[in-house]
Amino acid sequence: MININVRHVAKLANLPVSLKEEKLFSKQFKQILGYIEKLNQIDTSKVSPTYQTLNGQTNIWRQDKIEKSLTQKQALSQTSKTHKGYFLVNDVFSTKKTTQKPNIKPRRRIDKLNAILTKVNPNGTVGHKDLFCTKNIETTAGSNLLSGYKPQYSATVVKLLEESGLVTKYKLNQDAWGHGSSGENSDFGPTQNPWDTTTVPGGSSSGSGAALASNKIDLATGTDTCGSIRMPSCYCNLTGIKPTYGAVSRYGVIAFASSLDCPGLMARSAKELKKAFDLINKEDKKDATTQIEKRNKTKLKPIKTIGIPKEFLSGGIDKSIKEKILNATKTLKENGYKVTNISLPHAEYGIATYYIIAPTETSSNLARYDGVRFGNPRSYFGPEAKRRIMLGSFVSSAGYSAKYYEKAARVRTLIIKDFKKAYSQVDAILAPVSPISPFKIGEKVSDPLQLYLMDIFTAPASLSGLPSISLPCGFVNNLPIGMQLIGPRWSEANLFNLAKTYQKLTNWHLKNPKL
Amino acid sequence: MKYTPTIGMEIHVELQTKSKMFCGCPSNHFKIKPNTHTCPVCLGLPGALPVPNKKAIDWTILAGLAINCSINKISKFDRKHYFYPDLSKGYQISQYDQPLCEKGFVNLDSGGKININRIHLEEDTAKLIHKTIKGKKVSLVDFNRSGVALMEIVTEPDITSGKQAKEFLKKLHSILKVLKISDCSMEKGSMRLEANISLSKTAKLADYKIEVKNLNSFKFVEQAINFEIKRQTKLLEKGIKPKQETRGFNSKTKSTFSQRIKESAEDYRYFPDPDIPPMHFTDKDIAEIKSKLPKLPDQQIKELDLPNHLAKLLVKKPTYLDYFNNHLSDAKKLKLSSEKFANFIINKKINISKPCKPQLIKLTKSIDVGPAILLEVIKENPEVVKKFKTGKTNVIGFLVGQVMKKTKGQANPKQAQKQLLIHLQGPSLQATSQ
Repeated sequence: MININVRHVAKLANLPVSLKEEKLFSKQFKQILGYIEKLNQIDTSKVSPTYQTLNGQTNIWRQDKIEKSLTQKQALSQTSKTHKGYFLVNDVFSTKKTTQKPNIKPRRRIDKLNAILTKVNPNGTVGHKDLFCTKNIETTAGSNLLSGYKPQYSATVVKLLEESGLVTKYKLNQDAWGHGSSGENSDFGPTQNPWDTTTVPGGSSSGSGAALASNKIDLATGTDTCGSIRMPSCYCNLTGIKPTYGAVSRYGVIAFASSLDCPGLMARSAKELKKAFDLINKEDKKDATTQIEKRNKTKLKPIKTIGIPKEFLSGGIDKSIKEKILNATKTLKENGYKVTNISLPHAEYGIATYYIIAPTETSSNLARYDGVRFGNPRSYFGPEAKRRIMLGSFVSSAGYSAKYYEKAARVRTLIIKDFKKAYSQVDAILAPVSPISPFKIGEKVSDPLQLYLMDIFTAPASLSGLPSISLPCGFVNNLPIGMQLIGPRWSEANLFNLAKTYQKLTNWHLKNPKL
Repeated sequence: MKYTPTIGMEIHVELQTKSKMFCGCPSNHFKIKPNTHTCPVCLGLPGALPVPNKKAIDWTILAGLAINCSINKISKFDRKHYFYPDLSKGYQISQYDQPLCEKGFVNLDSGGKININRIHLEEDTAKLIHKTIKGKKVSLVDFNRSGVALMEIVTEPDITSGKQAKEFLKKLHSILKVLKISDCSMEKGSMRLEANISLSKTAKLADYKIEVKNLNSFKFVEQAINFEIKRQTKLLEKGIKPKQETRGFNSKTKSTFSQRIKESAEDYRYFPDPDIPPMHFTDKDIAEIKSKLPKLPDQQIKELDLPNHLAKLLVKKPTYLDYFNNHLSDAKKLKLSSEKFANFIINKKINISKPCKPQLIKLTKSIDVGPAILLEVIKENPEVVKKFKTGKTNVIGFLVGQVMKKTKGQANPKQAQKQLLIHLQGPSLQATSQ
């Protein structure tokens, strides 16, 4: 059993940690790393590591051309600590390190469900997850650390939608930094599920789910790193897409885990979703990982054969959810689709793999938040962000990187290979999104590992960079439940067609919560 | 028993690309209004993403080829993590285990050979200024330099003295100058030097390393190394192992001083940058860059029809060399030897920002104030010459004026006076008149 020196890791991660936190994290890390040990069951000695899922794309460069810079005023606009055009910091040679205690003012709640963080334009129809940078409009990532931050630029996705006439109405609540599957990890309080306000709406795009399901908007952006679009779609009776990794620009979307983050959309039907998706499914010169030659070029036959991963229906899945999934396959079978069992033998390692790769990347991506150029100091990070930053700092640190980070990258290759094999037999995969129904707010907060395991069915597609559409397939105790259609890379058009067909055959997606 | 110094160098070179390494902001940051060449990428704003500058990659490969490196056909960018206010993202995009160039060498004129471990490409940090404002010590940050393309050349620990380090650096500098990929100015900080120095009695490397940073001239490198060799020898002779540390250099006292003790190796938690696809190079790609390799100093020196010392001086300054090569035919037409022409350029007798021919004519004519004109003037002014010979030497001015008149101002008055004096005072007036 690994004993983590939490103090040392906190230093590596540049995070202030109290004694109480030190004890708690020490216990939780033991538990999480204990679970991760299961990766050692796999022999990866002959497997090469996967760090990106880009169809083998290489050499994405820009020409040496000057582009417009920000003005000095813009550059300095998000901090009060300046001096004559410079950013001002404490004397770097001082050995005295002062930790600023966070002074957090509670945020005024805007709506009943706590789905909305900022009102933008009452005439708008679109809600943006607060990870999407909106120029001059507060963007918080759901964290106190960015409270009050008004970005100097807008995300490519925000721009594309606005250029198409889709006006922004709200900025939406979320698990801070995308860290969560339930919507309870927002620093501004949990979002509630409009189907039952005592239950979670799913996360991390929790506000996107709740605001859409309660009819406050017609379209919501979200990001899916490991189910963050699919989970709230599933729990709020919505249709959502996690695109192929690299299909939609990440530029201006606050990074959680860069090799996994997929900006995407949520709507109330596959038809509406497809229309909006076409607007953002574009290469972006500012995001090197969108510039892939094979984008949208894969010629695919229409879906005829659908695979059901047997591992997903045999483990800890709720019986009534399994029943809904089987009902859905029945519907499709009755309408001419061939349904067959497939195997994804390494899918069960998805969570262990994910909880090495994602924390490693997030510990790196969240290193820029030092309170110098924008935002508050690092002491403003919430408990889940601290947990993941420290976990990531540990598994990528000297002496442990090969055991954890590199190992996970190799297992990732095996998970990708499983899918490749499966797609030689079937055109798409149908699977549950969540092993459990929406649960009570607060029910699982004390057990991070149990919450992490909620992502067991969403992790494999995320790690493989595959597109997946989540759509409603029934109700359990009056709470919605969803399924996901996972296809090969760049098969979105096919998945949309299948989702549209299913929504012609069923009415689940038309049901609305009583408010 | 004597200790053998083991010295390795790390040289940071800022590339003079128009735009920065990963964004379109101008690279120029010297004496620019602070924080005016920044954007979401180089300021490390939330959500911003890097896209590499192709020219910087090509130029780093070019530098590698110039110092005999092999080019890695598979390369990538990695994130190097540490926290400092001059680092906007909490990590620097650099290269870890697959740098663009590896295993090169530089031959020294004195006979040695310095092996190059690697050249990698990374981004520069912001600039920190330390000040006291209202009685409080603070640091000010200017992000104009943040993200500028920076090439790091790392040598093997092959250097054995301060003198050799200086020779190596001068040679490297001359090579990089010819490539025109950096202005290599130590004053502006576009070339920065660090030396790692240790001593040992055996052939084995010492188990400690002293790093001397912020050396902004070749002379200082030499002085710092000499100082360190003495300092470390003294310690070792007393049986004390020098502390593993980073030291600074005081150019006034020519000595180094402790800056930071390194208790353990830094943990930079390198991993491949997921925002940037890897780089693959084919033989053709590399050959294409190689075809752009200009003539290197050694070859240039060899090809110049000049004595070695003159050739070296010309090659050291590419602008001089270009001027020399471009106008050598003019000089030849005026029957000027290439040696004399080179001397004119090196001694700044010729302004290289101006056309060459008129300057050459002027210079050559002023030399051609030969005996004929001088004798003419002397013969035409017997009274004045008489005065001169009786001691009124100040009349020489009149004679010089006559020379100038005859040459229509082309002669060099100082030279004319010198030659007149030789003729008037010398015993050989008769002889020269023959």
